[in-house]
Amino acid sequence: MLEVAPRALDPDSAEWVRSLAAGGEAAYERLHAVLLRVAHAELRRRGPATGIAGPELDDLAHQAAADALVAIRRKLCEFRGESRFTTWAYKFVIFEVTRKLGRHFWRAPRAALDAEDWSALPDRFGLDPARESEWRDLIAALRRAVDEVLTERQRRAFVAIVLNDIPADALTHELCTTRNAIYKTLYDARRKLRAELVTAGLLDPDAAA
Amino acid sequence: MLQLERFLTTDPRDAGCAETMRLLHVYVDALLAGEDPELRHPGIAAHLRDCPPCATELDGLVAALGLR
Repeated sequence: MLEVAPRALDPDSAEWVRSLAAGGEAAYERLHAVLLRVAHAELRRRGPATGIAGPELDDLAHQAAADALVAIRRKLCEFRGESRFTTWAYKFVIFEVTRKLGRHFWRAPRAALDAEDWSALPDRFGLDPARESEWRDLIAALRRAVDEVLTERQRRAFVAIVLNDIPADALTHELCTTRNAIYKTLYDARRKLRAELVTAGLLDPDAAA
Repeated sequence: MLQLERFLTTDPRDAGCAETMRLLHVYVDALLAGEDPELRHPGIAAHLRDCPPCATELDGLVAALGLR
């Protein structure tokens, strides 16, 4: 794990840390107002993908800002000046927005967790239907490999995220796990699938990312 | 087939979500300072290329710091 050396705080960061460490509620109220503004902006930025707007967006923004403030209060003693204070603090509210959206997804899910819709795959990877003859064998082999090579856990992650387009953080919430664990599961699945397709002569073993 | 090949290709330097989330603020500050954070954090840079949720949070943090 890479450690980052602490640096001398810039004046703005030093002022935030001083006023928050002193326990002044006014400083926390000021920070909450800033976090709420960031949460609103982030939810609006992600709006086209989430379809959340209006009072629902406002409610999620308040929840995210409040939870981020709790986390910052708890972790303030860990802030070592590796970045500006605002960058460090905003990170918490950005993460909270992600967490709230992951949970919110299941209020009106676009797909069932274990449904398996292979018909959407070509479109998801930009495969031209007019050139199906060029990729039909590859997709068929991929499907076979998903069934035969992946573990059940890897298969489930692949189906949910790749086929059903379920956001990783929604899956995290539903399976009571971490994003890191989901990512690692899918990472291993990708590696296995590629190796299988290379062995089958359907992918170039030397193709760089 | 490029997108599919790209998706299936993993980078062994990939730092994963946990490490990326732990250092995202450091990475973003370096980025906004005009430095090249990929030099110091190649694993995080590799991860951000392959992980849409972490890339979304990177973009969100950069956008938040640009708010007035």
